[in-house]
Amino acid sequence: MGILQHEITRRTVIVGTGGLVVSFSLGRAFAQAPATPPAPPAPPASLPGSLDDDRFLDSWIRIDPDNSVTVFTGKAELGQGIRTALLQVAAEELEVDPAEIEFVTADTGRTPNEGFTAGSQSMQNSGTAIRNAAAQVRALLLAEATKRFGVAVAELRAENKSVLAKDGRRVSYGELVSGQMLHVEAQPQSSLKQPGTFRVMGKPLPRVDIPAKVTGQPAYVHDLRLDGMLHARVVRPPSPAATLTELDQGAAERMPGVVSVMRDGNFLAVVAEKEFQAVSAMRALAAGARWQERDTLPDQTTLPAVLQGLEREVGTVAEAGALSSDGKVFEATYTRPYQIHGSIGPSCAVAQMKADGTLDVWSHTQGVFPDREAIAEMLAMPEEKVHVIHMEGSGCYGHNGADDAAADAALIASKIPGKPVRVQWMREQEHSWEPYGPAMLMKVSATLDDQGRIASWAYDLWSNTHSTRPGGAGALLAARHKAQAFQPEPAELRISPSGNGDRNANPLYTIPNKRVLWHFLPDMPLRVSALRALGGYANVFAIESTIDELALMAEVDPVEFRLSHMEDPRARAVIELAAERFGWDKAQMPRNRGRGFAFARYKNLAAYLAVAMEAEVEPETGRVRVARVVSAIDSGEIVNPDGIRNQTEGGILQSISWTLYEAVAFDRTRITSTDWSSYPILRFASVPDSVEVHIVDRPGEPFLGTGEAAQGPAAAAVANAIRNATGKRLYDLPFTRDRIRNAIGGA
Amino acid sequence: MSISLTVNGSPHQVDVDPATPLLYVLRDDLALNGAKYGCGLGQCGSCTVVMDGEAVLSCMVPVMLVEGREITTIEGLGTIDEPGPLQQAFIELQAAQCGYCIPGMMMSAHALLRRKPRPSDAEIREALTTNLCRCGTHMRILAAIRRAGELMQAASLPEADEGRAG
Repeated sequence: MGILQHEITRRTVIVGTGGLVVSFSLGRAFAQAPATPPAPPAPPASLPGSLDDDRFLDSWIRIDPDNSVTVFTGKAELGQGIRTALLQVAAEELEVDPAEIEFVTADTGRTPNEGFTAGSQSMQNSGTAIRNAAAQVRALLLAEATKRFGVAVAELRAENKSVLAKDGRRVSYGELVSGQMLHVEAQPQSSLKQPGTFRVMGKPLPRVDIPAKVTGQPAYVHDLRLDGMLHARVVRPPSPAATLTELDQGAAERMPGVVSVMRDGNFLAVVAEKEFQAVSAMRALAAGARWQERDTLPDQTTLPAVLQGLEREVGTVAEAGALSSDGKVFEATYTRPYQIHGSIGPSCAVAQMKADGTLDVWSHTQGVFPDREAIAEMLAMPEEKVHVIHMEGSGCYGHNGADDAAADAALIASKIPGKPVRVQWMREQEHSWEPYGPAMLMKVSATLDDQGRIASWAYDLWSNTHSTRPGGAGALLAARHKAQAFQPEPAELRISPSGNGDRNANPLYTIPNKRVLWHFLPDMPLRVSALRALGGYANVFAIESTIDELALMAEVDPVEFRLSHMEDPRARAVIELAAERFGWDKAQMPRNRGRGFAFARYKNLAAYLAVAMEAEVEPETGRVRVARVVSAIDSGEIVNPDGIRNQTEGGILQSISWTLYEAVAFDRTRITSTDWSSYPILRFASVPDSVEVHIVDRPGEPFLGTGEAAQGPAAAAVANAIRNATGKRLYDLPFTRDRIRNAIGGA
Repeated sequence: MSISLTVNGSPHQVDVDPATPLLYVLRDDLALNGAKYGCGLGQCGSCTVVMDGEAVLSCMVPVMLVEGREITTIEGLGTIDEPGPLQQAFIELQAAQCGYCIPGMMMSAHALLRRKPRPSDAEIREALTTNLCRCGTHMRILAAIRRAGELMQAASLPEADEGRAG
């Protein structure tokens, strides 16, 4: 009944055709009642993409009598261009111009629940759903037109929001659609357009969001200005385990424009009429707070030992044959520090508790539905009274502070009903409180047989979970800090095909004997969650560094060595393409320059990416600059080639930044990397001269997603280029100047 | 305290604490979206605007120092219907991912291109030293600024255009 109830509520409130839908749905429910208990229903047929979870065509596509077309996705624009790519898919199969489609993204009141916009899965899940739904809507419209015109479907074609008959008659979609025509369950099979007939897909449609962003139009939740809106700031504890012992809020309360000073346990906030008044009051309130701090953080200088000490359980990720130590052996230990998402715009949200007792929350969350569930639990409200609407934020790169800022705004708004409240985090709050990408330790022991082939591969990784996303209120900082505190859910070890901390831990290469283990650390001394690529970043770094060393031991070119252990033809194709376009055969490196190559298939089941890099190393300073990058990607059938290029360039440069510069710093009590000076990232002076992205199109193949394909290979290519330039292998991320100088100095 | 300032050619009077950083006046009092809060520390450049021809970090400039100065924000470079050359170039080269840092990048570039219409790659990089991008859009940002320089050059040669048109 829960699902039915939800369906009715959603449509009644928002779509406005609720009356019809209610009678339809209830009629169906009652019809079963008088009969003898029905036989258990056969499991419904599996539907393509997210259609499997939201099976009605009109959950995805609506056509109104005025011929307006609206397409719904549960996915959110995060700066990755998904709005444009999904629009292309819908426009293609519906035979509508993209500019004529109203496109609605993640909104608990309007769109399907597609969980999180994460894991580079939006094209697979939502793109596939929209494509199939659109094709089926087109088929229904054509079928309806055969009745109107009395001609066979072969005599008809769909074009520009109309159906045209060969005899010249034309009828608009809006005239064809009636009543519940689109309120039908999708079918497992659709008659999709053939790639040769594409008008919109496969072409570089300019991103629909960019003009507003470069002209100062309101484009982000940060820009939302509601009538009577107030500005809030939160005062966070000075360290993760601090508790408030004393508070003098008088000074803050007396400041100009201050409307409210709030305390709920360890949750402190100020609300003011204007934004800078809120910032000033936040500082005054922080000065009036006394905290008891505890040294709960580990010793950063012994992090690998700390991680090993936190191990409580071991999961087998992959196992084949029998390990052996015969032949030439290579052993290594790699580490990756805690790293931040580091959105340039700190997290922001707006919330309003309305007179009817419903709460609206505008957030750049990756998951409006899970966020709604968590906020509702925190505020002890029924879920249907909380409405979470996605609005863009600064780029997200995984589970950053977005959900927490939404919870902050919701908690504050709940205490001053009627007033819309905007909360933005300060820079130091974002750096200190967002959930980090977890630190990891990777140990490899690999052998070569006497033919120079990899014979045995033992790989052990130590890591927390890489997902502590909401669902439960305990995932939200505000809920943890309030007086009636919620606790985070305990983390569990789960081995899945797409992986988590163990993502990409199993090399795709042909290796007869292997064992891959995830040593699982349930306790999280630092707050962690999903950062782009999850464990795939560090695992690919470790694996592809090792592959390079094995190639050296085998005295085989590293590209040739990879190809000789790779059967998958699509993997081979991107490796060969990147090598060819880089000029790998011909590349002669001058002094202090090196070249590096790496490959991975993201999650071992999504996009294929190979990358070659040329890096220069300054021996005196230890400075590394990647000078030239050539990559090749296969992410299935192309929807927007420029979108794939943009995302791939971005993934490569972001990974170069992680790899050369980035590590969260902390003492035993506090996070100490609280700004861009203590946590440096890539700046323009160190940006490459050129970055090429070559795309392999796979017409008719499934979408594989793009956003996280490059991070792991890019890190390894940097490491391999430094190895090539200096003769030294670096095992510990990031490759800071000190580490480079130390490595070279030991020569 | 009432302070007068000129933003994108229009005079404004604002009644604010004179210590308020210009950024908050632009966003909160004048409802302009272009300048963005990124760090409040002068480290990231997302709040960059142009003051009397120079790129400044509006999060670090108290509004009292702006009295009588000419401020240009991204809203002053063109509109969504009639984008200026810098905006055209960023749209043409699709030089944004999330786009949050982009207005600050564009204002740094605007100040550069005013004083040096054909900057070298090194000069563009130098002008963007304080601007951070997290999405990794750097290559496109550099290309868009080069392209903007070309578009501005073309626009500043109206006689030649007329000659061709005639």
